[in-house]
Amino acid sequence: MALKIVKGSIDRMFDKNLQDLVRGIRNHKEDEAKYISTCIDEIKQELKQDNIAVKANAVCKLTYLQMLGYDVSWAAFNIVEVMSSSKFTYKRIGYLAASQCFHESTDVIMLTTNQIRKDLSSPNQYDTGVALTGLSCFVTPDLARDLANDIMTLMSHTKPYIRKKAVLIMYKVFLKYPESLRPAFPRLKEKLEDPDPGVQSAAVNVICELARRNPKNYLSLAPLFFKLMTSSTNNWVLIKIIKLFGALTPLEPRLGKKLIEPLTNLIHSTSAMSLLYECVNTVIAVLISLSSGMPNHSASIQLCVQKLRILIEDSDQNLKYLGLLAMSKILKTHPKSVQSHKDLILQCLDDKDESIRLRALDLLYGMVSKKNLMEIVKKLMLHVDKAEGTTYRDELLTKIIDICSQSNYQYITNFEWYISILVELTRLEGTRHGHLIASQMLDVAIRVKAIRAFAVAQMATLLDNAHLLTGNTQRNGICEVLYAAAWICGEFSEHLEEPMATLEAMLRPKVATLPGHIQAVYVQNAAKLFATVLRGQEGVPADSTVAQETSQLLIDRLPLFVQSSNLEVQERASCILQLVKYIQKLQQKDVEVAEEVTALFAGELNPVAPKAQKKVPVPEGLDLDVWINEPPSGSESEDEGRKSKGKAVFAKEESRHTKPRYTEVDEKELAKRREVRKAEQANNPFYIKASPSSQKVYQDGVGVEHIPVVQIDLSVPLKVPGMPMSDQYVKLEEERRERNKADKKKKKDKKKREKGEKGRRRRGDSGPESEEDITPAHMVDIVTEEMPENALPSDDDDKDPNDPHKALNIDLDKPLADSEKKLPVRSHRPDEVLKSPMEDRQVVEVVPEPKKKTGKEKKEKKDRKKSKEKKKKHKQEEEEDLMGSGSQEPVQAEETKEVAAPPPASTPEASDLDFWLSNAPVPSNPQAAAAPASTPRTASGMAAVAPDSEPEEAKDTEPEETKSSTHKKKKQKKEKKKKKHHHNHSDGAGDESVQNGTVEEEEPLPPMSNYALLAENSYVKMVCDIQGNLQDGSQVVVSVIFENKCDSFIKSMEFNVLDSLNSKLQRPDGAGPHDGLIVPFQLPPGISNEARFIFSVQNIVMPQKLKGTLTFIVKTDDSSTHEKLDFKLHFTCTSYLITTPCYSDAYSKLLESGDLKGCSLKLEGVNQPFHHLLARICFHHHFSVVERIDSCASMYSRSIQGHHMCLLVKTADQTVSIDAKCDEPGLLGNVLDEIKLTFSQC
Amino acid sequence: MIKAILIFNNHGKPRLIRFYEYFAEDVQQQIIRETFHLVSKRDDNVCNFLEGGSLIGGSDYKLIYRHYATLYFVFCVDSSESELGILDLIQVFVETLDKCFENVCELDLIFHMDKVHFILQEVVMGMVLETNMNEIVGQVELQNRMEKSEGLLCSAARAVSAVKNINLPEMPRNINIGDINIKVPSLSPF
Repeated sequence: MALKIVKGSIDRMFDKNLQDLVRGIRNHKEDEAKYISTCIDEIKQELKQDNIAVKANAVCKLTYLQMLGYDVSWAAFNIVEVMSSSKFTYKRIGYLAASQCFHESTDVIMLTTNQIRKDLSSPNQYDTGVALTGLSCFVTPDLARDLANDIMTLMSHTKPYIRKKAVLIMYKVFLKYPESLRPAFPRLKEKLEDPDPGVQSAAVNVICELARRNPKNYLSLAPLFFKLMTSSTNNWVLIKIIKLFGALTPLEPRLGKKLIEPLTNLIHSTSAMSLLYECVNTVIAVLISLSSGMPNHSASIQLCVQKLRILIEDSDQNLKYLGLLAMSKILKTHPKSVQSHKDLILQCLDDKDESIRLRALDLLYGMVSKKNLMEIVKKLMLHVDKAEGTTYRDELLTKIIDICSQSNYQYITNFEWYISILVELTRLEGTRHGHLIASQMLDVAIRVKAIRAFAVAQMATLLDNAHLLTGNTQRNGICEVLYAAAWICGEFSEHLEEPMATLEAMLRPKVATLPGHIQAVYVQNAAKLFATVLRGQEGVPADSTVAQETSQLLIDRLPLFVQSSNLEVQERASCILQLVKYIQKLQQKDVEVAEEVTALFAGELNPVAPKAQKKVPVPEGLDLDVWINEPPSGSESEDEGRKSKGKAVFAKEESRHTKPRYTEVDEKELAKRREVRKAEQANNPFYIKASPSSQKVYQDGVGVEHIPVVQIDLSVPLKVPGMPMSDQYVKLEEERRERNKADKKKKKDKKKREKGEKGRRRRGDSGPESEEDITPAHMVDIVTEEMPENALPSDDDDKDPNDPHKALNIDLDKPLADSEKKLPVRSHRPDEVLKSPMEDRQVVEVVPEPKKKTGKEKKEKKDRKKSKEKKKKHKQEEEEDLMGSGSQEPVQAEETKEVAAPPPASTPEASDLDFWLSNAPVPSNPQAAAAPASTPRTASGMAAVAPDSEPEEAKDTEPEETKSSTHKKKKQKKEKKKKKHHHNHSDGAGDESVQNGTVEEEEPLPPMSNYALLAENSYVKMVCDIQGNLQDGSQVVVSVIFENKCDSFIKSMEFNVLDSLNSKLQRPDGAGPHDGLIVPFQLPPGISNEARFIFSVQNIVMPQKLKGTLTFIVKTDDSSTHEKLDFKLHFTCTSYLITTPCYSDAYSKLLESGDLKGCSLKLEGVNQPFHHLLARICFHHHFSVVERIDSCASMYSRSIQGHHMCLLVKTADQTVSIDAKCDEPGLLGNVLDEIKLTFSQC
Repeated sequence: MIKAILIFNNHGKPRLIRFYEYFAEDVQQQIIRETFHLVSKRDDNVCNFLEGGSLIGGSDYKLIYRHYATLYFVFCVDSSESELGILDLIQVFVETLDKCFENVCELDLIFHMDKVHFILQEVVMGMVLETNMNEIVGQVELQNRMEKSEGLLCSAARAVSAVKNINLPEMPRNINIGDINIKVPSLSPF
């Protein structure tokens, strides 16, 4: 006993691993299932152990068994256990198993959320990678919602390995959680320009996938993709982009025009077949979208067709296949260009590869003409004979019918030929498409009146040889044809040469083996035939016995059908039997009955369009949902039953009578209808006017009906004997055409005596036979299908309402609203605030922070202050980092300048796209397109390159790059910030963080600028901003933007200021005290640029003004003039203040110290929101908010010489009171005056 | 989008299946059978594209496959993938397998299905993830190295914990210790 336990334990210890399992299965080929079930038992034991290694091993084996088809969902919890192992080895196994067998309804999936989140943020990139991979297989809407933020963060991971996976998985997240698309999209878009090609390719993949489903939302990305297309060398990326353009062009034809050229270049230059193929495909899409309005695209089509021909001629079957596939796309819009390659396509029909033959078949559809239809169909018929697989043969059959019947039998010139083709097709054994042939026969016989006689003859032969078609009725679909044959013979029985023989054939006992619905048609049409026969026989007076014999025949044969198990057959047969018995009675009394019997089946039959019923408009006042009679209460169920029963019978009936009959139409009505139809036919292009028929020629030539048929009862169908072969028609047709041509020639000699000729149009020359010259061989009257009057136009919406991509139809160009900038997250992690990477330039970023329970509030504002001197930064950096406000990063300098410049159009994306599309050789860059409105630096950069016509890339990369790098930096910064906040929250000490600016209001601030007008004349405009220099306590920096307002070049600008005792312009060493400073740039027309000047200041208590002069040379083409501009530089006391954050405890200490002297100010009639007010003080006067509680805020600033300045701002009813304290009352007073001024101005 | 990746041999035995969309196990097996049926009757010198079967996808989906010796590699993709591109991708995948297994053959896939999965994960993630073979091989090797450094540790730990788990009277334990020693070295480090 003990030993047994030992053995068991040891076994388990050295459990089978995957290899052992596989080996075991291979060694148990006979009883595999049994072996596996024992293995599963073992695995269950293993999973019960605590040892994670054993569990992982078991899970690994389960993954293998899952592949073999075993359901392993019972182990889902164990899989989660293995997933959460800290060892990569096991984790990987766990995730693999999960990705193989987890799905949305796996309930343990919700246990994994936190584990996955942990793995996503693991320091080990492979843990993250494995989690991402797994997630891509089993992400659920819940997981997507909970993890969207984490994955979004990973998109900016430092490792490209993680970035690319994160980017790819975002697509799945979007599908499961569409709300994440808008917030995540800017970052995704950014990844299009990732330095790592893998990440870039992933981003292209995802965006292409998104755009394919909802292309119109991604049109605005076209310029970016265009740039990628012209610059990328990665074929994978190129293929995707080019495919995407294929989806976009139908929406924006102008895009197509732009694309043609680069695509053509690619087609010429690339050696990669895959790329070539996609280029050709997209060019085709472009051409389709441009089908009109582009004058010379025939060259492009020719190029495409040529390249495709090369592909098709290639020995590589894959290329051949794709070539044909693309060719079929051209076919739709430019059939002519494809038709010239008919030889090649016909050749492909002989290919040994079925896929290729099928593609070639598709192409044939568009290549037929009146001229070559017979030839092509003949070829196809040969293939039908040769074809082995039934699928391919069936495909051929449907194609033949498709080709012939397309656009209302447009290409058929000889319907006798077509009927005989259909009859030949009935020889196909085991085809599923008997009903297709049948409906064609019916359709042709009904709509082409001239062919009825011939069709009836053919159908009679078919009926006569029915036994050949019905070899095995149960699985043979071809017997459907008999349905058509019987119906045609009955309906148009007046055309029958020997109705008696046909009647006899229809009542053979063997008919009873046919499917019920066919028998029913047989019985019904036997009655029609009977009527016809009677009429023929009664015409001859001596033959009353013959007529009686006919009746007797029916009376003898019909009882067989009366006994049929099929209700329909039974009913019809018994009705008709009684009728015939009655007729026979009358006949015995020598009463003439033929007339009455025929009247039973009188009436014209009109073809009705299949959709006609649907299109009948509901008459006004008819409400189908209203009860006609109130249902008696209580008997509802009974009623229901009866109703459904009735319905079923009715439906059945309907399916049997494919064509409705109008038996109760009186003569007048008929005449009216005929009139209407004639008028219709006159206007119908398909109505071909009468010409002498060649029918007789045929009938004389092949007297098929007279050939005696020997009945051979074979179970193997042979060719139906006595059937006219379609080939004969081909020959006949050729002869006929020859004759026609000869006729025409003769006629021409006779100098146009063609008055009696109908249906032939004359051409000036009888060169090659043109389409119009081929006359139809018949008086063919193709009746169009009837539609009800005032039929509604069809507006079928075939969009699938369940398409998951529908939810992703989201407008991405609309700027993100503040509330959207973060993804909604579950309430259990409220502190996870995520900012969107894409900041709106004009809007002060306001990040809502959840309130802490202490009641204190956290304030944060994206700093939009004037850029400070860079030097200042170093001093503050440590502090900054602690505070997490990071306001002095170099990025900021860029940004403020952007603010300073006049704002670009509010929806830059849309207008840029238009601009990009409308201008042929523009830089493909939205930034560049908006250049005049862009930043001073960018603008001047653009100006430098704009005049010379360098290639596009050179022009647009530079500013683009600067911009994206800016973004990146910004983002990193922000993330840093976010983490810190998180940290603060978690240890509960984040209350006193100090930030500049305002908080949590949704309302955006109006754009603000500190640049004030300095001076202006007709040549130059100067605006300036003055900031204190943090590094040196006695310096201020004046940033001046010079803008050239005239049409001439401005150069040699010199900036000079008359120094005062207190303030001096800092000049380079060696310069005299009155020398000007040379501005280090020149200004082309319309351009602005910025220069900085440093002043040293001794006393900062008082504001002061300095007089200055700018001298410059205006250079026109022929002359240059010296000009000057005087200005007054105003150093306010505010300019000596520096935004300095302060902790609230330090702040309160400062106030308690009593060193500060107070002063206060009241502002009346301020009706802006409090946060705006604070923002203005912060922005214009360089303060920072220490704390804010409701409508009260404390603020702090410091002068360059170290004076502390504290404000307490309160607001109530449009009144703002400011209590201020400072250790230098003079400075304080002046600053307060300036604040007052600021608010009086706005 | 890639909807599924199937690898099976000339007899239709699955060697690796990876569905990027959920199908129940029995449907998966049916898909494998259907796909095998479609693919296996095709000559080697015909084109490598097939209109998708009825079970998987629909008209928008294609089967793109390659046949190597005894194995079929079948990718089921929709129309947003380039046909020729996917053929190249299969080639890249197989070459990667060849590098990782050194002359890959069906047996490698049979006995190391998990490893094949791990390699595949570096190539495809519902969409094409990486096409650069060196990058793929590099990442796979780095992960394997990591596993190895862990793996040695844990196989030892496994042996130890296994010993601990033997909750037995003294006498038999002595008998069996010898066995453990023999067997441990033969334990593969996963």
